[in-house]
Amino acid sequence: MNLLIKGGRVIDPSQGIDETMDVLIADGVVLELGQGIAAPEGTQTIDASGLLVTPGLIDMHVHLRDPGLEYKEDIATGSRSAAAGGFTSVACMPNTSPVIDNKAVASYVVNKAKSEALVNVFPIGSITKGSKGDSLAEMGDLKEAGCVAVSDDGKPVCNSELMRRALEYAKGIGITVISHSEDLALVGEGVMNEGFVATELGLKGIPWAAENIAVAREVYLAEFAAAPVHIAHISTAGSARIIRNAKARGVKVTCETAPHYFTLTDDAVRGYNTNAKMNPPLRGESDVAAMKAGLADGTIDAIATDHAPHHPDEKDVEFNVALNGIVGLETSLSLSLKLVEEGVLDLKGLVSVMSCNPAKILGVDRGTLRVGAVGDVTVIDPAKEWQVEAAKLESKSKNSPFLGWKMKGKAVYTVVKGQVVYQA
Amino acid sequence: MGFRHKDIIALKDLTKEEIELLLDTADNLSEINQRDIKKVPTLRGKTVINLFYEASTRTRTSFEIAAKRLSADAVNITASTSSVVKGETLSDTAANILAMKPDIIVMRHSVSGAHEYLAKRVSCSVINAGDGAHEHPSQGLLDMLTMRQKFGKLAGLKVAIVGDITHSRVARSNIYGLTTMGAQVFLAGPPTMMPPGVERLGNVTVCKDMREAVDQADVVMMLRIQLERQGKTLLPSMREYSRYFGLNPAVLALAKKDAIVMHPGPINRGVELASSVADCDQSAILKQVENGVAVRMAMLYHVCGGEPVE
Repeated sequence: MNLLIKGGRVIDPSQGIDETMDVLIADGVVLELGQGIAAPEGTQTIDASGLLVTPGLIDMHVHLRDPGLEYKEDIATGSRSAAAGGFTSVACMPNTSPVIDNKAVASYVVNKAKSEALVNVFPIGSITKGSKGDSLAEMGDLKEAGCVAVSDDGKPVCNSELMRRALEYAKGIGITVISHSEDLALVGEGVMNEGFVATELGLKGIPWAAENIAVAREVYLAEFAAAPVHIAHISTAGSARIIRNAKARGVKVTCETAPHYFTLTDDAVRGYNTNAKMNPPLRGESDVAAMKAGLADGTIDAIATDHAPHHPDEKDVEFNVALNGIVGLETSLSLSLKLVEEGVLDLKGLVSVMSCNPAKILGVDRGTLRVGAVGDVTVIDPAKEWQVEAAKLESKSKNSPFLGWKMKGKAVYTVVKGQVVYQA
Repeated sequence: MGFRHKDIIALKDLTKEEIELLLDTADNLSEINQRDIKKVPTLRGKTVINLFYEASTRTRTSFEIAAKRLSADAVNITASTSSVVKGETLSDTAANILAMKPDIIVMRHSVSGAHEYLAKRVSCSVINAGDGAHEHPSQGLLDMLTMRQKFGKLAGLKVAIVGDITHSRVARSNIYGLTTMGAQVFLAGPPTMMPPGVERLGNVTVCKDMREAVDQADVVMMLRIQLERQGKTLLPSMREYSRYFGLNPAVLALAKKDAIVMHPGPINRGVELASSVADCDQSAILKQVENGVAVRMAMLYHVCGGEPVE
C-alpha cells in the first residue's frame, strides 16, 4: 500500500529541505516529494499539518539484550520501544550472551529481527573475540552477516597494539569501529562521577580523566592508522575538546553523546538513586554545557541513547551493586527537542544528529528522504505534551531517571519502509 | 521538644537542637552506667536487632550494651560483608527481619547509602552504625559528647581531623555535627586521601601540613589508616605516613595546652599515633569508648519516641 504524508514541515538536511510539502511513499520507497501530490487510489493518508516530517530517526547505540538476557529486553520489545520513540532504525550492541562475535550470533539477530522487529535492527559485532580484548573477532564474517560496526561495548580494548590493528583491519574491510573509551585503572572501584556529590555521599568516584585519556588514545591511534574511529557516549568537556581539536587537524574521528549527558548532572545521584547510575557517569555542570556546545558546533556528530534495559531486581539494590545504565529510546526525542527550544540546535541540526549522521557513520542506506530512498519516516508533534510513566513504556524495563518528567514533543507516527509501525 | 525522626542515618540530617537533645540525653543516661545495677526499664519489651555486615566488635558491643541497659532485647546478626555474595538481597534480608517485628534495626554496612535504602523499606526505626565512606553518626555524637564534657561547649572549638578523609565516615559525621554546632574544623591528610570539594561539606578548612591543622587546636582527632586498604596506591609507605601525618609529642605540643587527643579506634600504634601520645594524659580515647554506650542509649531511646530526659 502507498502512504501519503500530507502538508507537514519536511526537514531533510541530506537535501537541504525545510519546507511544507507532501511525501509519497510507494512500495516501501520514497516516490515523490512536493506540493499538492494527488494520492493514487488506495493510498493511506496522514494529515501532517502542524507536524514535522523527518527521515526516520536512527539510534546507533542500543542494547536489545537478545540473545541471552531476554528478561531485560528482547528484539520485539526493544523494537517496539524504538518505534514509540520515533526511531525507525537501531544499531544494537554485541554484549549479549553469547557475545555477537561470530556470524552465527549475528545471523540470529538479523533473522529474529526480520520476523519480530517493527524497526530496522542493525547488529554491531564485537571488536575482539568474546569482547575479551585478546584477539580480533572475525570482522569480515560479521560484516557479511549484516553487522554495521564493531565495538567491545561496555569495555575498552585496553591493549593499544590490538586497537591499532583493529582500526587498520576494519578500515580495510569497510566497517566502523566504535570505541568505549575508558581507562579502567583510573575507574577502579568508582561508581559515580568523582566530585563534590561523591564526596558528600561517600561513594567512590570515577575521574573525568579516565574518559579523556582513553579518548585521546583513540584519536592518536586513528590518526596514526589513518583510519576512522567513532567514540561512544562521550560525557566530559575534555573529550569534546580533544575530538574538536582532532577534527580540526583532519583526524577521522566521530562521536556521540546521550540525552542524559546534556540533561542531567551528578546531582541526580543524590538519594543514592540507582536510576542515575550509568557508565560513563553523569558529570558536572560544565560537562553538560560542553555537550551542548559540542552539539552546536558539530564536534558531536550523533545523539544515541545507550538504551540499557535492566530488571528491577538489578536496580532496586544498594547503589554500589546496582547495574549501570538506563532505558532511553522513548525519552530521547523529547529531551533532544529541548535543545531546539534552548537554541543549541536548529531542527535541521537535530535531524542531522539523530538521523543523517548516524546513517553516515554506520554506512547504512538511511537518513534521507531522497526519491528512491527507503521510506523510513518519523512524524513529530513538537508541541505534544506528555508525562513519562513506567507503565506506559514499551520497553520491558523501566529503569529511567526521567520517570514522572513532563515532556514536550513526541513522535506521533513512525513509518518503516512505508508502513506505519507506531501511531501515538 | 521531642525527637521527630524515625531513623538516625546521618548527622547531616540533624539540626543543632536535635544534636543538643541527643547529647543532653546521653549526659543524663551516662549516670546509669556508673550504678551498681546498670539497668533501667525504659525500653522494656522493645526488640533491637544489630545487623552487622561488617566486622566491628567495638560498635556492635557498645550498641548491645546500650540496648540491654535500657532493658531492650538485643539480638546480633552478623551477615557476610556483602548481601550479594550471600545471595540474598538487602531488601529480602530486611523483609525477613521485619517479619520478626523488631522495633529498631541497628545496621553496619560497607555500602554508602545502604541505610537510606533500608529505612525506606522498613516500618521500624533504622540506626546507622556506619555505612561505607558516608556517615557514622553514633561515633560523631560520642566524639562531640567527649569534647563537650571537656570544654563545656562545642561552639568556637578548633578541631583538627587528620588522616584518610576520603574513606572516613567518622570524618564526615564529625564535620557535619561539629560545624552544625559552631565548631571550626581543620582537615589534614595526604592529598591522595582528601576528597574533592570537601571544604563545601561545612565550614571546613583544608590544611597542607598537619602542623597547621594542629596549631592551637582544642581537639586533635586522628583517623585510623587502614593498612590493608591504602598500601597499594595511596601512600608510599606506612613509615612515610607516620612521619608526615602521625601524631607524636612534638606535633601535639603545637596544640593548646589542654587539648585532647581522640581516635575512633582501633589504633595502629606507631603509625597514626605514637604510643606515648595514645597513652598520655591528654588522650580521651577511652573516654570516647565510655561515652559510646551513653550516646547509643540516647539514640535508641529517642527513635523509640522518648521524651527529653530531665
